[in-house]
This record gives sequence, structure tokens and C-alpha cells, in this order.
Amino acid sequence: MYVAVKGGERAIENAHAWLDDARRGDRDVPDLVLDQIREQLALAVDRVMAEGALYDPDLAALALKQARGDVIEAVFLIRAFRTTLPRFGTSQPVDTGAMQIIRRISATYKDAPGGQVLGPTFDYTHRLLDFGLAQTPDIAAAPEAEISTASVPHILSHLNAEGLMQREDAGGPDVPDLTRAPLEFPAERPLRLQALTRGDEGFLLSLAYSTQRGYGRNHAFVGELRIGHVRVSAFLPELGFEIEFAEIMITECESVNQFQGSKTELAQFTRGYGLVFGQSERKAISMALVDRALRARELGEDLDGAPAQDEEFVLSHCDNIQSSGFLEHIKLPHYVDFQAELELIRKLRRDAAARQAATSQAAE
Amino acid sequence: MTDYNFAYLDEATKRMLRRAILKAVAIPGYQVPFSSREMPMPYGWGTGGVQVTAACLVPEDTLKVIDQGADDTTNAVSIRKFFARVAGVETTEATARASVIQTRHRIPETPLTEGQILVFQVPIPEPLRFLEPRETETRTMHALEDYGLMHVRLYEDIAKHGEIARAYAYPVRVEGRYIMDPSPIPKFDNPKLDNSPALQLFGAGRECRIYALPPYTRVESLDFEDYPFTASKAAGQVCAICGAEDSYLDEVITDDAGGRMFVCSDTDYCATRVAAQAEDAA
Repeated sequence: MYVAVKGGERAIENAHAWLDDARRGDRDVPDLVLDQIREQLALAVDRVMAEGALYDPDLAALALKQARGDVIEAVFLIRAFRTTLPRFGTSQPVDTGAMQIIRRISATYKDAPGGQVLGPTFDYTHRLLDFGLAQTPDIAAAPEAEISTASVPHILSHLNAEGLMQREDAGGPDVPDLTRAPLEFPAERPLRLQALTRGDEGFLLSLAYSTQRGYGRNHAFVGELRIGHVRVSAFLPELGFEIEFAEIMITECESVNQFQGSKTELAQFTRGYGLVFGQSERKAISMALVDRALRARELGEDLDGAPAQDEEFVLSHCDNIQSSGFLEHIKLPHYVDFQAELELIRKLRRDAAARQAATSQAAE
Repeated sequence: MTDYNFAYLDEATKRMLRRAILKAVAIPGYQVPFSSREMPMPYGWGTGGVQVTAACLVPEDTLKVIDQGADDTTNAVSIRKFFARVAGVETTEATARASVIQTRHRIPETPLTEGQILVFQVPIPEPLRFLEPRETETRTMHALEDYGLMHVRLYEDIAKHGEIARAYAYPVRVEGRYIMDPSPIPKFDNPKLDNSPALQLFGAGRECRIYALPPYTRVESLDFEDYPFTASKAAGQVCAICGAEDSYLDEVITDDAGGRMFVCSDTDYCATRVAAQAEDAA
């Protein structure tokens, strides 16, 4: 008697038990604690927070542990948790000019008020495997300086003062919310930026790279890249004043791109903007370049059909939870549609063979 | 499980979904954009259907979940367990007993009745998508009822293959107005969409679209006068388990020497027939 070769409840339960067991691995090796992930795999935690669109390093560390280090799976866990949280309101715009800086560089000016701060960067390290890290060496504390409390103005504000930088629309109080309304096209810039900031880092990196190689070319300078802590506050109508409720680390990138001007506007510089949770400068720079590429239409630039300039293409495909889910769904059973295809192919072959036979008979 | 609201989603989200569903029922076949949420299962694995089911469920409901017509396929098991856990509703495998049925790729063989809701999981809700990738364009085409491209495509199939070479997700026209994707059901199931006494709801989570066929809606599979639509299945085969001649059959490979058998894809239909035969014999 035929036994249905279909996964049952027991198969699923056993598979999950196996997963739990494999996640733990060799029991002689100590179990990973979340503090270790949060402190020592901080950039992975940052990426999970950025693409998960939820700022919580402890939850991101938990997600990474549960996902066995699979970043997209961890992002998915965070997103699924995030949906269950109520939305109380909207924060005040974050003042990145008042950021407590740990890193701040400009590629357009040798020096500027506030100075250049390299911070904890991989830049200029030689990528030689440090075999010493295979042990557990004591790492000496880095040299420290006095914390500066002076605000560090944005580099591009100096260009702004000269009128060389295109003015940005400050936007109104009603910010659209990608997570509360379906994405519809054409999408305004605030919505595009929301999609990009939680978009897949690899996808945005490739798109940004494609603009550098000529697909929608628009040469970008890194006007400023800054990483640090900012305060987040909200206005509570019940209290009648603003309260601070969080301090978060973010990465901000402003690119400077030439704009030739048009009939109505003088030549000036335009901006691409990237803002990402945590320390994630590759993503922030990529985002700035893609943001600028997506402004091609509103700036009246030539559209040469480059993927990075096409908002439907970019926004419909940048979310790795959507794309990985749909990609992997083809693992699910498709017996029924496949069976229908099978019958169709057999029938088409039968019909064609019959026609061929009829033609050769007629020829004889 | 008390950590989550009934049927997982919070009430505000369910209200948003119900508004979209009501609009979809009011304009049969029209794709209503809705603010799809991330669910604890991946996009592409039935999140649209799960959200629609969550919005429809009440504690008195009896839920059936099928995938490929079967209650025991892995994803059907997973979704059924999800609702048993977060909604605590009764579940069943019997089509006739269910008040809500969530399905992927099939319509049950047992005819549905008034008061039942059939929820389809939809991967790509736009029937014109593979003719025109841009949403801005396809929305305009629907608005203007500009379906020439689709008819040309079907005609090209006939010119090339002698018939419309579509085996599943065969496009339909709803009440003579919107062209609709019936989700990837085999075209064998298309006639069941027409004039069904049940409410049929379609949810596409990743694509943020809900659409509907209210009970007793006219649904025609696209065809030409001289090339009429036919609902096809495995030719000349009957179910090897229950002997059914009228059900959709899955082909199962039984050995490596070309042996194969055909069995009902609808496991409840098959099991019910086997039970009835056993009773008759006794």
C-alpha cells in the first residue's frame, strides 16, 4: 500500500529538535552567551538591527544566536518580532549635528571645524590574519583623550552657506511609514530612504557599485561620513513637552554629487543621503549613492535605464526578507503545478509527434 | 499561548485587513493594496493567506489548511499548528466541517457551501506581471481594461503550440471586468471558482495585495471561441487508492524502472471515499 511521501507533524518536530541540537554543537565547547555576541560581534549585531529595523542590541544578539550566525535569518526573527510591537508615535527628527562622534571623516576637505576622527576603523589595517587572536590575548585599552562636547557641524553645511549645495526639503510632520502603508509608486524620497535603510547591504552595495562603473553614473564624493551616538526624543502631547527616551548609535553619510544645472536652476552640488543603525559605513555610503541615483528623475537627469535609477526595480527588490522568503519558497511542494506542467508537456509532444507522422506519411 | 493577541495580529492590524477585504469583496477581482506585515513565517510561504485568515477567524471557527490539496504536507501542518497555537481554534481535515479553509495551489474536490471561506495563498497576484514587469503600467492596464496584451499572448501560444500552453495559474475574467490570477491552482480547478457558494479570498503578503470573489460570482477562464477552455488532468487515469475518476491526481514515482501511480491530490476527498467504500463492504 502506498504511504503518502509527505512530511508530517512528526518529521517537522524531529527536524526542529535536530536544529536545536546542531545549534548547540559540541557540548564540550562552552555555550555562547549573548553578552559575547553583543560585545565581540558588534558589527553583525548592528547589521541585524539595521536590516531588522529595530534598535535593540540584546535582541539582535539573541537573534544571531538563534539563527546560528545566519544574518538574514536573524534579521527575519527581528522583523517578525517587530511586527508584534505597537507603534506609539513618531520621534522628533534626530539631530545628527549634535552627535557624540566616534568617527568622522570627509573626503572633500582636508580639515574642517571638528576635525577628522578616524575612530575604530578597519581602514589602513593590513588584512593579515592575526593568529594571536586564535588564543585569548589580553588587549590593552586604547589611548584616551578628553571627550569634546562641542557640536560638530556637518561639512556640507559649509557648502550650504555658500549656496553651492542644493537645499533639501525639510519635510512636514506627517512622515509616511513604509511599515504601515503598502509601497506604491512613484515613491517619494522619505519613503525611498526608509526602504533603503532597511534594505539588504549586499544588494545596495552592488547597485551603488554599478553607478560607479557607469550604469547611471554620477560621481560621488564622500562629503562626510560620521558615526556616533545621538539622542532620540519624542513630544508627548499629554505632558506638553519633549522627553528623551533613547540614545542610539548610527552611521550617517552625505555624498556630494555634481549637478550641471538646468534652465531654471544654476549649477550646484546635490546630495545623496545614507543613515543606518549602528556602525555600518559600507551600507551608509551605498545608501547615499543609491539615494542620489534614484533622484535622477526629479533632477531632470538623463535616464539611461540603469537599474540603480529605477525606483520600482530598486525598492521592489531591496528587502532581503521579501526576497529570501520568495526565493526559498520554491523549496515548498509544487507537485500540483508540476503535475499540470507534466501533462501539458506530454500532450504538446504527443500532438507534435502526431503532426510529424502525418506530414511524413503525406510526403511518401 | 497568551503572549499574543487572538490570531496573532493586533486588532488595529486586523481592522486594516478587514477594510481591505471588504473593499476587495465590493470590487470582485480588483487587487486592493494593503499594508502587509512581516509574519513569523517567510514571505512566499503563505503570509498573505495567513494574514487574511487571521483577519477572518473568530473563536467559533473550524479551520482546515491544505497545501497541494493535502492536509499533511509540511507547510500546511506548520500553518495549521500556528493558528491552533495563536488562535486556539478547532482544526479539521474534513472539508465539509471547516468554516475557513486556507489553501495553497488547490481547491478541494468536495463542493464548498454557503458560509464557508476559502483563503488562497498567492505568490504573484498580478496576472499581467509576466507580460509587463512594472506595477505602474499594469495598474493602468487594469484601470483602462486594456487586456489586449494578454489576448495576444494566449493567441501566440495557439500559433506556436496549437493550444494555450498554460497548465496552472490560468488567468480568469471576473464578472466580465477584471482579469485575475487564480493563484497557481491547476487549470483543472478553474471551473470551481465560478459561481461558488463560498466566499473566496486571495492574499499576497509580499506583494501587499488582497482580492476576492464574493459568493456566486461569474468567473470565466480566458479562451477563444474556436479554442475553448478545457479543464485538464492526467489523461485516462484513476486514483490508485480510492478509484476516483473525477479528482485531480498527483503522479508518484514508485520505483526506478519507470513505475508510477496516480493518487488523489485531495487527501481528505480520497480518505472519505475509502472510508465509505469500507462501510459499504461491511
